[in-house]
Formats: sequence, structure tokens, C-alpha cells
Amino acid sequence: MRRARRIFLTLAVLAAALLSWEFGVGFFKIPAFLLPPPSRILFRLYDGLAGGSLLEHTSVTLQEILVGYVLGCSIGIGLGVLISQFRLVEDLLYPYVIALNSVPKVATAPLVVIWFGYGFESKIVIASLVAFFPLLVNVILGLRSVERDQLALMRSLTASRWQTFRMVQLPNALPAIFAGLEVAIVLSVVGAIVGEFVGAKAGLGYFILFSNAIVDTPGMFAAFIILAVIGSILNQIVKAVGRRVVFWRKQDLVVSAS
Amino acid sequence: MTAPETGASGSLIQARALGRVYQAQRGEPVVALHDLNFEVADGEFVSVVGPSGCGKSTLLNILAGLLGKTSGEVFLRGTPVDGPRRDIGLVFQGPVLLPWRTVLQNALLPIEVQGLDVDKYRLRARELIKMVGLAQFEDKYPFELSGGMQQRNSIVRALVHDPAILLMDEPFGALDAMTREQMNLLLQKIWMEARKTVLFITHSIAEAVFLGDRVIVMSPRPGRIVQTVTVDLPRPRDLDVMTGPEFGDLVRSIRRHLDAQQGLD
Repeated sequence: MRRARRIFLTLAVLAAALLSWEFGVGFFKIPAFLLPPPSRILFRLYDGLAGGSLLEHTSVTLQEILVGYVLGCSIGIGLGVLISQFRLVEDLLYPYVIALNSVPKVATAPLVVIWFGYGFESKIVIASLVAFFPLLVNVILGLRSVERDQLALMRSLTASRWQTFRMVQLPNALPAIFAGLEVAIVLSVVGAIVGEFVGAKAGLGYFILFSNAIVDTPGMFAAFIILAVIGSILNQIVKAVGRRVVFWRKQDLVVSAS
Repeated sequence: MTAPETGASGSLIQARALGRVYQAQRGEPVVALHDLNFEVADGEFVSVVGPSGCGKSTLLNILAGLLGKTSGEVFLRGTPVDGPRRDIGLVFQGPVLLPWRTVLQNALLPIEVQGLDVDKYRLRARELIKMVGLAQFEDKYPFELSGGMQQRNSIVRALVHDPAILLMDEPFGALDAMTREQMNLLLQKIWMEARKTVLFITHSIAEAVFLGDRVIVMSPRPGRIVQTVTVDLPRPRDLDVMTGPEFGDLVRSIRRHLDAQQGLD
């Protein structure tokens, strides 16, 4: 009952906001290129998805996000494992990783576009670059946060290093890894869009810039809606997978690094 | 299942002039254990009691091969201890269960780690789980169990690979008094059925006397043995034993020894 009430209230607020937006825009005579009414945005969205190019742009951006995310997360996890397990790798690489992490990753987007071109590749590189760091940091954090008693237990059982890693350290790191995966998916969306802003021939970022150029403000809003939907669906998927994998942790995964 | 394989002297655990010194980063080195000499016979239940800081956990960690000694000698089943080994079962202060494993999976961890046939040992694990009263909880996870149940799970884990020696480091210290009494009864039952050699560390004099065939009394800094008390109470002991005169005498005598040591410090 309480849940139903909450959902009802949320929807009621949304409806009230949309209605006052719709009629407020007309009442105050705000021009549509500044703030189009919701009805026009929804129509533009429908139009773009049904007949226009919006669906294609969405598909391009979604692919960039997903490929970049998977790539960045995989490399982040792999390197994190190496750094946490091998002292030599840590000494060689970790200081640079920390230093690079303090550079705003999206600031490198123009350079990446010069190196990888206007196509798919540069967006994937940027999306994976921003996903990489939270994973790396969280994997290292997670692998290091093993309880001393659990390590003593494994040692007392004469476990090999690989067994200790596989049976204790890695499962222990899963909550932190999933916290990183949650942060990274949001950042991957940002990365792909920034990449498209800098230089692209397709994608929602490209579409936003294009709509901007021809003063198609409803078109920009339509793209925002699609991005919001993509972002929250992907985030929910990662969250749901995390809850299943890390079932022994009841509370929400704590985001420990970004 | 295990053929008792005793050392030359017939003892399963032997410590000779055992000592351990911690080298502090600054200042004087700390003597945690000084000149410990004792033996534990096959199938014997020996309690070690002493105040915190008497080095009893250090002693247990040395026996388990997790910590090095700085002087003297330790033998388990006649062979010197030079690292962790597979013929001991270790029970920690906390349950130290892996939260992503069920009761049965946690119980089988030593079997997996030691590369033994899991299918062969599953039946044994189930029997032990039944013995400690967790039969209905086999497929539950640690977060679904109470503290006492978790510790019972960890005792099963320590026994599953059928070790000759069970080393227990204040295993019931974190439990409430009533659960603790139940665990003491359960441990006695397990010991009488499985006939392991047990070294049981505790800071509760009553618990030490209730469970032990003998009680080794230790003093703090440097940790050394001040007294060894033989407990002649008949087995199985029930909780009523604790209110009897013999039990009271033993507890009083041990406490007096400990108090005297405290006074010297």
C-alpha cells in the first residue's frame, strides 16, 4: 500500500510539473526555441523515433557506450588484479595510474579524436577511458580489503596463492567491483556523448549538436530523454546484476571511488 | 579414521622451552612467551587459561604454524612445526565463515583447498553438520545464522578433514553466556565421539575447568605456565557439575594463582 502511494505521489508530481510547464510556456509566451512545451518534445521524440533518424543515432551511441564500457571495465579489472597481486607491477604502474586519474578524462577527448578519427573508435576509446579508472581503483581497494582472519584461515589450510585469490580475495572484492561498475556505466554514457560532441558523424551527441545548429530545441530535448532512459536502464541492469551476484550484502553497494 | 601417530614420547603436542619475542619497532622487545614446556597426550583435552596478554593466542598460532617461534621446539605428532599443516583443525575467535558460501560449502572448504575428493567428504560433512544441530541449515548462508550457529559451522569446518589435533582459540568468547554453555556441552559431546586431541584456549576459568582433562594456567608478560591442574571430574559432565564443590575448589585454586601473578606484576 505504502509503495503504491509513493508511486502515485511521484507520478502526481510529474503530471503537475508537466502540466504547469505545458501551460506556463503558453501563458508567459516563451518561444519554443528557448523552451518548447512537453507536448512538442514528445511529438518530436515520436516523430524522430518512428520516421526520422533518431533511432539510428540512438543505436550508434548505445553501441559506443556498451563496447567502451565492457572494454574499459575489462582492462580496469585485469590491471587492478595485476597491480594488487604483483608488487612489481604495483611499483611500476600504480604511481602513474594515480597521476593519470587526476586528469579529467573527458578533457582528453579532442586528442583521442585526432588519434582515432571521427568514427566509432574514438568514442569507444573515450567511453572505456572514463570507465577504466573507477574499476581499477575499486578492484584494488576490494582485493586489499580482505579480512585478516580469512587470510589466516586460508593459510592454516595450506591454501595456494591462487586458491586464496579465487576463493577469498576475489569474492571479497565483488561488492567494490560492482560499485565501480555502477559508477562506470554512468561515466561511459558521458564519455560517448563528449566524444560525439568533439567530432562525429552520427550518434545522439552529434544529433544534439546538429539540432542546436538548426535551432531544433525539441529535438535536443528528445535526445536528452533518450539519454536519460538509456542511462537509467543500464544503471538498473548493473544494479540488478550486482544484487544477484553479491547476494550476501543486503545493503546497497557503497560507491567508494569514482 | 585417523591412526594415532604419536611421537617418541607418546604425546601429540609437545613444547620444549618454547619462546616468542616480538621485536618492537622502537623500544624494548616484548617477550610474549617464555620457556613453555608441556605435552598433550593423544585424545586428551587440554585447556589453556590466562588473562589477556598472556600470549595464549600467540601459543596457538605457533602450534598452527601461522607464527614462528623465536626459541625452543614444538612438535605435533612427533614432527617439528615449520608452517601450516593439514593434520590440524583450527577454530578462530570468530567464525570466519565465507559469506558467499552455504553452511555445507563452508564446511567443505578445507577439502577443496587440500584437493581432496569433495564428493567423498560430503557425507562426512553432512554427518558433522547434523551432529552440531545444523541439519536443517545446510543450504543457508552465514548471514541467515545466529552467532552460535556460525561458530558451530566453523567447528564442523575444523573437523571435516578429520585432523588428529583440534586447536581452538577462545572460540566461544564472543557468544552470550547461555549460548556459550550450550556450546561447551556440544564441544564435549563432539570430543567424546570424535576423540580428537584438543588444545582449547580461553580466558574463562569455569569454561577451562568444565571442558579440560587438564588446565594449563598462564600468566601475562612474559607469558609462562604457572600451574597445571588436573581435572578429575567424571565425563560426560553436565552443567550441574559447575555448582558442585569439586568444581568450585578447582576454579578457586586457579583464580588464586592468577591473582597472585597479577599482584607480582
